[in-house]
Amino acid sequence: MSRRPEHAGGEESTAPGGEAAFLRIEGVSKSFGNVTAVDNVSLDIARGEFFALLGPSGCGKTTLLRMLAGFENPSAGALLLDGVDLAALPPYRRPVNMMFQSYALFPHMSVAGNVAFGLRQDRVPRAEIAARVADALALVELSPLARRKPHQLSGGQRQRVALARSLVKRPKLLLLDEPLAALDKKLREQTQFELMAIQQRVGITFVIVTHDQDEAMTVADRIAVMEEGRIAQVDTPSAIYEAPRSRYVAEFIGDVNIFEGRASAVNGGDVLVEQADAPDGLAAPARADGPAAGDAVLLAVRPEKIEIAPEPLPPGTMNAMAGEVTEIAYLGSVSTYRVRLDSGRTVVSTHTNRLRDGGAAIDRGARVHLSWPVEASILLRS
Amino acid sequence: MRRGLSGINLVALTLGFAFLYIPILLLIIYSFNESKLVTVWAGFSTKWYAAMVQNELLLDAAWMTLKVAFVSSSVALVLGTLAGLALARLGRFPGRTLFSGMVYAPLVMPEVITGLSMLLLFVALSWARGYWTVTIAHITFSMAYVAVVVQSRLLTMDRSLEEAAMDLGAPPVKTFFAVTLPIISPALVAGWLLAFTLSLDDLVIASFTSGPGSTTLPMKIYSQVRLGVTPEINAVSTVLVGIVATGVIAASLINKRAMVIREREAQAVVSD
Repeated sequence: MSRRPEHAGGEESTAPGGEAAFLRIEGVSKSFGNVTAVDNVSLDIARGEFFALLGPSGCGKTTLLRMLAGFENPSAGALLLDGVDLAALPPYRRPVNMMFQSYALFPHMSVAGNVAFGLRQDRVPRAEIAARVADALALVELSPLARRKPHQLSGGQRQRVALARSLVKRPKLLLLDEPLAALDKKLREQTQFELMAIQQRVGITFVIVTHDQDEAMTVADRIAVMEEGRIAQVDTPSAIYEAPRSRYVAEFIGDVNIFEGRASAVNGGDVLVEQADAPDGLAAPARADGPAAGDAVLLAVRPEKIEIAPEPLPPGTMNAMAGEVTEIAYLGSVSTYRVRLDSGRTVVSTHTNRLRDGGAAIDRGARVHLSWPVEASILLRS
Repeated sequence: MRRGLSGINLVALTLGFAFLYIPILLLIIYSFNESKLVTVWAGFSTKWYAAMVQNELLLDAAWMTLKVAFVSSSVALVLGTLAGLALARLGRFPGRTLFSGMVYAPLVMPEVITGLSMLLLFVALSWARGYWTVTIAHITFSMAYVAVVVQSRLLTMDRSLEEAAMDLGAPPVKTFFAVTLPIISPALVAGWLLAFTLSLDDLVIASFTSGPGSTTLPMKIYSQVRLGVTPEINAVSTVLVGIVATGVIAASLINKRAMVIREREAQAVVSD
């Protein structure tokens, strides 16, 4: 897997690795009447990359995908694939294939007929069609079911037929529209890994649209988080999680505690933040574009980075707070503690249950002390 | 869930079929009546069928009716499918509301008015009334029914099926014939049969638009009934019912066979 190191995403518009962009989306907008579905989006995607468009429903991710497939025309901007302008090509001439959310399998054709359909359109010789269909079905492990009709297949099998059908033409770009949304949780997780393995084998550039953050984090090399038609952030999964740039991204991906405060001073590499709940102040690593002293800021901390202990911390400790445990959610692998601070605000702290008896017994109603290292703090603009 | 017939289903089925088919059954039974009196049973006989075969006028009318019904329903199928396609697929084109209203108007228009306006048109064009004028008039009103059937099927069809075909390299026309048409084919068969049946039993519009030598069977039956119903008419009607039933069964068999053939072709690709 071509996973890039953490925090690699600096420039949003250049593909990682410095190579020329394979798919270039330049200032693309799409309006339907008064509604702007996609608003001036620019993205560069590298050859062979597994790229995810992530966002809540209505954020424009599917519209962007449909423009790549050719089902919608951009109101403005350009789409370039391998140097070729896609806008000039109708869907049936684009070297792009799509896997539909509904799978869109032709009900009147068998599995093999569905997979062969695209090759027949290109007038590929019969013998070659047979060989390539057999290969594609072998890739998704469906060879024994080639003669079945779509309605004779389970949901997971249909999903694989759809994948085989969209891969068999060896497109330059494969678009996947919520490909796993119809599967149940266990099968979905298993299929995510299969999808990654298949992408590795075929080496085709994948662009996946999903509203499921876990799915995007699992499969993608890079993720573009979308918000109301715009790109909020483009980065590797770890950078999106560990270094979100805005409150929206921080809250959309995973759980987060956010404290409003005021930057008081910049001390070496750290920014000190005044905040009522922390008697000795908060601190976070400074950012290049970071706020100056006196600015209102947001400080975000992921729940699993907050230590929880019954003993008080030595005075003068930064990023320390005290409160009372109001709820404990036991989730098997982890437990989530909801702690009400003296100000009434609730902070969430998550802990891995390493020991079978639950480790240090912290009960509901106990007075606890929370703390986290400076590096765990993420500074966001207010 | 149990798939068998429960008591209530059985009653509903029996009542429904009884309501639909008892009159037709009576007509068939009385066509084998010995007596000349239609309502008095006097024993089994096929003599009215023999009489019918001898009756040139009646046979001519029946042949005319079948010709009109076949041609008009086939043309209406093509035109109605195109109209249904435009309504379901073109989105909001200028004049869409007007167009859809005009397509549906013949459904609610009194037949007398349709017939009269067709008559006025043919007179104005000074076309000789006959086979073609009846056929054209029948196309006019039956294509509306086809359009409705086809449009409603297209609206329930998953649009992404057509998008998938285009995505896989099929231009729009190819997509229509390779994907849309096979999927909506049951609706097309239903639309054609509907148009065929409507044409077969139309009396009013045919009366306005037919001329000498283009008398249809309903017109012939109606004019004869005024002189008194003979079992001969029952015999003709029974034959007609037989033809329609055969047509419906054939259509469904053809449809089923086509599916099997497509299946085999798809399989041939793998087994090659």
